[in-house]
Amino acid sequence: MSGTSQNRAIDARNLTRRFGSFVAVDHITFDVGAGEVFGFLGANGAGKTTAIKMLIGLLAPSEGKATVAGFDVATQTEQIRRSIGYMSQRFSLYEDLTVRENIQLYGGIYGLTDEQISSRTAALLASLDMQSMADDLVARLPLGWKQKLAFSVALIHEPKIVFLDEPTGGVDPITRRQFWELIYSAAANGTTVFVTTHYMDEAEYCDRISIMVDGRIAAMGTPRELKERFNAPTVDEVFVRLARPGAGQRGAA
Amino acid sequence: MTTSSVAAAGVSGRSHHSKRGALRAFVVKELHHILRDRQTLTILLLMPLVQVVLFGFALRSDVRDIRLAVVDPSPNHESIALRDRFNGTGRFRIVTTAPTVAAVEPLFRRGQADVALVFPPDFAEQRADSTPSQLMMLVDASDPNTGTTMQAYTRAVITAYENDQEPSRAIRIVPDVRMRFNPTLESVNLFVPGLIALVLTLVSALMTAISLSRENERGTLEILLVSPLKPAQIIVGKVLPYLGLAFANVITALLAAWLVFDVPFRGSLPLLLAESTIYSLVSLALGVLVASKTPSQRAAMLVALMATMLPNVLLSGMVFPISSMPAWLVPITYIVPARWFIVVARGIMLKGVGLEYLWRETLVLIGMTVFLLAAAVRSFKPRIG
Repeated sequence: MSGTSQNRAIDARNLTRRFGSFVAVDHITFDVGAGEVFGFLGANGAGKTTAIKMLIGLLAPSEGKATVAGFDVATQTEQIRRSIGYMSQRFSLYEDLTVRENIQLYGGIYGLTDEQISSRTAALLASLDMQSMADDLVARLPLGWKQKLAFSVALIHEPKIVFLDEPTGGVDPITRRQFWELIYSAAANGTTVFVTTHYMDEAEYCDRISIMVDGRIAAMGTPRELKERFNAPTVDEVFVRLARPGAGQRGAA
Repeated sequence: MTTSSVAAAGVSGRSHHSKRGALRAFVVKELHHILRDRQTLTILLLMPLVQVVLFGFALRSDVRDIRLAVVDPSPNHESIALRDRFNGTGRFRIVTTAPTVAAVEPLFRRGQADVALVFPPDFAEQRADSTPSQLMMLVDASDPNTGTTMQAYTRAVITAYENDQEPSRAIRIVPDVRMRFNPTLESVNLFVPGLIALVLTLVSALMTAISLSRENERGTLEILLVSPLKPAQIIVGKVLPYLGLAFANVITALLAAWLVFDVPFRGSLPLLLAESTIYSLVSLALGVLVASKTPSQRAAMLVALMATMLPNVLLSGMVFPISSMPAWLVPITYIVPARWFIVVARGIMLKGVGLEYLWRETLVLIGMTVFLLAAAVRSFKPRIG
């Protein structure tokens, strides 16, 4: 285990990904501490998804280095996969399986024993207050419930880090609020949360945020720091200033 | 687990157990998918039955009532006895008795007669002298299968009549068979081996392609690829349940063919099941490949149909004999897995031969399986370099 990254959940140094001559992610450098809630913001096409794919081992970096849970993304993807949870922007549970069957499936895939699966299933259902729906098909659940369930299932193997790619898309504000409570309780248990979002009010809930523009990290810090630095009332305002076409030194397109 | 080294030790310590557990969990999920989709499952289970019955009746419907035209220039008790034999079988119905071939020709053209039996004018004299008689048989072979069958039945009646004669009065009737309307008749005889290939292809390639591209479309595949599951495990997990379904289909097709149509089964059933497994694996691997190369469920379905069903029906020898294909087309049939499987299945079912005759085809199928499975696993490499 590399000693330097022991306390850092994620450590990226000049991480770069090119597709032909197009540079999707351009030498980004950042780190995320253990137990931190890190917001990864950026407009569509800014390179967020490409960056996440490199971190979770779905895409090889073209240049630079990164470690996740202390493991090298270029060479130790298998160890990384066991250490992380992942929830994509698309709904990741099986609609034709019941709530319980979905939990059992992911528990099994992540190598939990039968005893672990049954005890964690019970705990998960209790914490979501979903005992009565355990044997319902997931297709019958309201979207908000589905998202909360998907998040809890992504944590079933107690990963050190959980990657959430726009987890609250299309969810109503109250459910979003409840969803963030789940995120906080996971962070309180020591899980590092790496989350991308479109909702700038959610960015305010993060411990730290980075804002990606055209493949680079244009700004990074706590929400309060960024608002002060850009003299803006909200993170939304910070984001608009950075991400607006022609902002910064890049010139008008 | 406070430090990552402890966690890593824990992970590797139970990795053996967890690999099996992961695959089991995955197969259970696949079984749920298959069993919950009742409509598809019903179609898949009934398909071999329906196919066998449909094909069977379509190919055999006319053979039960063969309309026989008799050309008898000089009727005598011998020729009448033979005619009675035809009437007595229940399969033949004499529609007309005429003195000349020219008189029955129009019946053929209008499709009112299937077989004509032409007695020589001196049939009675030949019988009395015990000289061989030349009986001519005209068969409407516009449908080659029916033509072959009718010809065989007619021969059988004549042979039976011959055999019933006292040995001292034995005579030889030499049927002179002419196939009308389709003189270059090719025997496309039994359809069941080809049908089994067709059903296995459908279930294996098409259903895997659909099921895998559905995961891709819904985004669950991404989750699986981020999980510790290996690509090979995902493929095995996808393939195993459908292999079970394919097995059920082979048994159904064989039972239907045997119960409804008395299709013979002369060889070894375990051998046929083993060969069917290999052939299913080829098709399943094809399905996986198709799914990984196509963007959507719909596209996967179309490509899977085109890539498997068409060659299976057209280029495998199931319907059109390979021996009558143009020379340039024949090499193309070598890459059609069904072509090899049909040879194997026909050999086992109809000839009762074993591996000593079929090892070459079997090796080809195994080679295809290994190649395609390897390609399928490769195509599933989650990391795009």
